[in-house]
Amino acid sequence: MREISVDLVRDAIKTMCIEANCILSDDVYQAIEKAKTTESSAVGRELLCQLTKNADIAKRDYMPICQDTGMAIIFLEIGQDVHFYGGYLEDAVNEGVRLGYEEGYLRKSIVKDPFIRVNTGDNTPAVIHTQIVPGDKVDITVAPKGFGSENMSRIFMMKPSDGIEGAKDAIVQAVKEAGPNPCPPMVVGVGCGGSFEKCALLAKKALLRPIGSVSPIPHIYEMEKELLERMNKTGIGPQGLGGNTTVLGVHVESFPTHIAGMPIAVNISCHVTRHTHTIL
Amino acid sequence: MKVKIETPLVLEQAKKLRAGDIVEITGTIYTARDAAHKRMLTEYEETGKLPFDIKNAVIYYAGPAPEKPGMVIGSAGPTTSYRMDAYAPKLIELGQTGMIGKGARNQQVVDTMKKYGAVYFGATGGAGALLANHIKKSEVIAYEDLGAEAIRKLYVKDFPAIVIIDSLGNNLYETEPPKYRQ
Repeated sequence: MREISVDLVRDAIKTMCIEANCILSDDVYQAIEKAKTTESSAVGRELLCQLTKNADIAKRDYMPICQDTGMAIIFLEIGQDVHFYGGYLEDAVNEGVRLGYEEGYLRKSIVKDPFIRVNTGDNTPAVIHTQIVPGDKVDITVAPKGFGSENMSRIFMMKPSDGIEGAKDAIVQAVKEAGPNPCPPMVVGVGCGGSFEKCALLAKKALLRPIGSVSPIPHIYEMEKELLERMNKTGIGPQGLGGNTTVLGVHVESFPTHIAGMPIAVNISCHVTRHTHTIL
Repeated sequence: MKVKIETPLVLEQAKKLRAGDIVEITGTIYTARDAAHKRMLTEYEETGKLPFDIKNAVIYYAGPAPEKPGMVIGSAGPTTSYRMDAYAPKLIELGQTGMIGKGARNQQVVDTMKKYGAVYFGATGGAGALLANHIKKSEVIAYEDLGAEAIRKLYVKDFPAIVIIDSLGNNLYETEPPKYRQ
């Protein structure tokens, strides 16, 4: 049994919230750099240059890359041999978010109720996903998610007869309908299978993968490749102003599902797709 | 075409702009997003007043991040505009000539723009740090309780944007992507 103070978790989350928002992760930065060399539109190339310039300023001045510093989405993979002491884990996570958003001058974007929209003032609560895993480590991922792109995400409860072709069409259609709204070039996370909520979670987790990583499953790998190609042929381009860089990456995760179903979730993210990771 | 424009954006100037023009905006603009729009129009219905002079005004759909000590403003890029589609026609009717945001608008907004001569500018979404450098003054003038959604009066200098939809209804989101579709 390993003893871990929840204060350690709080402090890690605080630092990660600030870092994720101010420093564009290297995989995304490199993907934009690469796109500059392949983008066919002159306006598109100029916009991509603005994005790396913006990331450079954000890093230099340690200010948010984007003013929408997101809802804090936090994944905790907790080794089953860990015992937390010093308080309740979720309280510590929310305290870390509160401190990070305050001390990092990040925007507070959370309202207390979807209908009675009063800002909570400290960007809490976070959305927390915990999973119990073997071992005695705590694996933390902080992925603040902006809602310009979150609003463009879709879930489809498809029929088995729709097949993989039907799934691909639906996923591409979601990107076409998102158009200029989610700040393209986008990163697209797709979840296939499981249940209603499982496929949505898979889609969110797919966004955590480094851009350029590929699925180890052969037919899913082929699907990722085809989707990327089809999305970049839609013409949407950077900021929706035309071009062949509509998406920087497409990641697909899959899971067993029910004989009657084929759930497909598409979680759309922007060119700032934020994810930081640490292990305690 | 590159155009330098000044605010307040008089109708004559707004009507001259064409979709695709790259502009640099200098002058006073106002931030407002979902909650501020909703409150402004509710108040207008009740009192006939708005928190700032809407005539020839340019509204920036933005909710900036807090400023660090010594800085004018935090990151301040545009938010997605369609959420303001429910409110924009009324404000255009009352004299607003410019909107800055990102993303598509509905037909009612475009029709109202054509009728009254307003223009929709796009600023680069997700370039909030870069855009903040063009904001020289910032002051909360209404609805402070809304936090990031409060109305701010900004003074901007050479604020970079592109005319997405002009007062004739020409729309870059409709004309440009097909050129690159394969």
